[in-house]
Amino acid sequence: MSETTHDGTVAVSAAASPDEGLTAAQLAAKYGLSVSGARPSLVEYVRQLWERRHFILAFSRAKLTAQYSQAKLGQLWQVATPLLNAAVYFFIFGVILNASRGMSKEVYIPFLVTGVFVFTFTQSSVMAGVRAISGNLGLVRALHFPRASLPVSFALQQLQQLLASMLVLFAVTIGFGSYPDLSWALILPVLALQFLFNTGLALIMARAGAHTPDLAQLMPFVMRTWMYASGVMFSIPIMLKDKPDWIATVLQWNPAAIYMDLMRFALIDGYGTENLPDHVWAAAGGWAVLVAVGGFVYFWKAEERYGRG
Amino acid sequence: MAEPIADKLIPTVIADELHIVYRVNGAKTGKGSATAALSRILRRGEERGVRKVHAVRGVSFTSYRGEAIGLIGSNGSGKSTLLRAIAGLLPAESGSVYTDGQPSLLGVNAALMNDLTGERNVILGGLAMGMTREQIKERYQEIVDFSGINEKGDFITLPMRTYSSGMAARLRFSIAAAKDHDVLMIDEALATGDRKFQKRSEERIRELRKEAGTVFLVSHNNKSIRDTCNRVLWLERGELRMDGPTEEVLKEYEKFTGK
Repeated sequence: MSETTHDGTVAVSAAASPDEGLTAAQLAAKYGLSVSGARPSLVEYVRQLWERRHFILAFSRAKLTAQYSQAKLGQLWQVATPLLNAAVYFFIFGVILNASRGMSKEVYIPFLVTGVFVFTFTQSSVMAGVRAISGNLGLVRALHFPRASLPVSFALQQLQQLLASMLVLFAVTIGFGSYPDLSWALILPVLALQFLFNTGLALIMARAGAHTPDLAQLMPFVMRTWMYASGVMFSIPIMLKDKPDWIATVLQWNPAAIYMDLMRFALIDGYGTENLPDHVWAAAGGWAVLVAVGGFVYFWKAEERYGRG
Repeated sequence: MAEPIADKLIPTVIADELHIVYRVNGAKTGKGSATAALSRILRRGEERGVRKVHAVRGVSFTSYRGEAIGLIGSNGSGKSTLLRAIAGLLPAESGSVYTDGQPSLLGVNAALMNDLTGERNVILGGLAMGMTREQIKERYQEIVDFSGINEKGDFITLPMRTYSSGMAARLRFSIAAAKDHDVLMIDEALATGDRKFQKRSEERIRELRKEAGTVFLVSHNNKSIRDTCNRVLWLERGELRMDGPTEEVLKEYEKFTGK
């Protein structure tokens, strides 16, 4: 007891010795103290993010596990949810509305399921991105880490979710007569580019959602509009045959349509290059790099402001 | 670091005229109805529908290596906010905070997930604090032993939602205290857990202090402040009311609270 009091007296009274008269900033400079919570440079930020790669991966996997941990079927839902989703869309668009328009059943069903899964990947990345900061304020206010870890981690969680869905997709595709061949190897670059694109989108949405949490209410409508405009359940060129050409061209060049079409081209035997717009790979790569880099810089610009009440 | 003029007095945290303002969305009128929200949006003026809370008003102090500093004050006096600002987690409205290295708030609980096992939470929490996988592997047994979770059976492999509140709090403190911090800030963590665990955590705090760090402790328990701290900052309504040796400040504080 007496020892602690002694300590304290020394520390407090001796504060008036050699550093007396220095301002706070001078004192800080003298002992090499830095401003708390300042934004690092872009290069330093990338390095910090790379240092946290294990956390990013562990966090995304933990979220994925936690999602179904209370369900009786557990992780089986990772596969069952997309399967049920595809069944519902098939029932409405394939059976009731007959949106296949001349595509054979062998092409249309894998076409539809691929579209749903690939679009869901982007959609859920955006939705998770909006809430990445605003929904994790507790974490942001308690611990220090590059904030980009959160949106990146959520995009990674969606990628893992998609990989589970891919098993369903493979089964459906094979079930309707398209067997694995060399073109299936294209799945990897398509997935990689779409993941880059989604991550960029999640970063942009995370900053926007941190500033305006209302976006979480608005985004479902935006995403639904985007989904119907991207040809998830119908082929854009066939559906817009009678309309001016430029509408179909614009719709086909939107990134969601490009990634969907590339994935369909890779998987489905009866879906050839005639369905792809020109320079499709350049477009896929361009969108990915543009959105990923732009999104990252845009997110970093507000780094020190995340978490303000 | 700088030249060792007086090796006992190396500053670790300098707060200079620090002001913190919170902004709260949609709390201006206190009416939560849709029409009230709409009229707020339509009304002109800067930052519609945003209410400001001035939580910390012009606090200045300097802390040194090896100090354990208690933060006291009534509820809502700005103690936790001040800690977050020191950690660089809340941006300052004006004034500044300078720190040596990265101060960490003992707030690892925000990264933990109730649906995961204690085991996975130890790893996740460690990674969230910036430890490497190897460091965690090295410390893993230490963390589990310190928490005492496994004293009553193999609880570490069960989801955290099955833990009692005391057990969960103990695990959280153990994870957070596993890392060597330059500046460690603890927010009411010692109030939880049984007497035996409180003793152990106080010992760990003294240990961290000895490792040349600075420890900040927020607590309403004057006894645990007396047992662990050598200096006390007393905050009231966001202002620094007193700063000095533990006994002096606590005596005034106890007079103030009418004990």
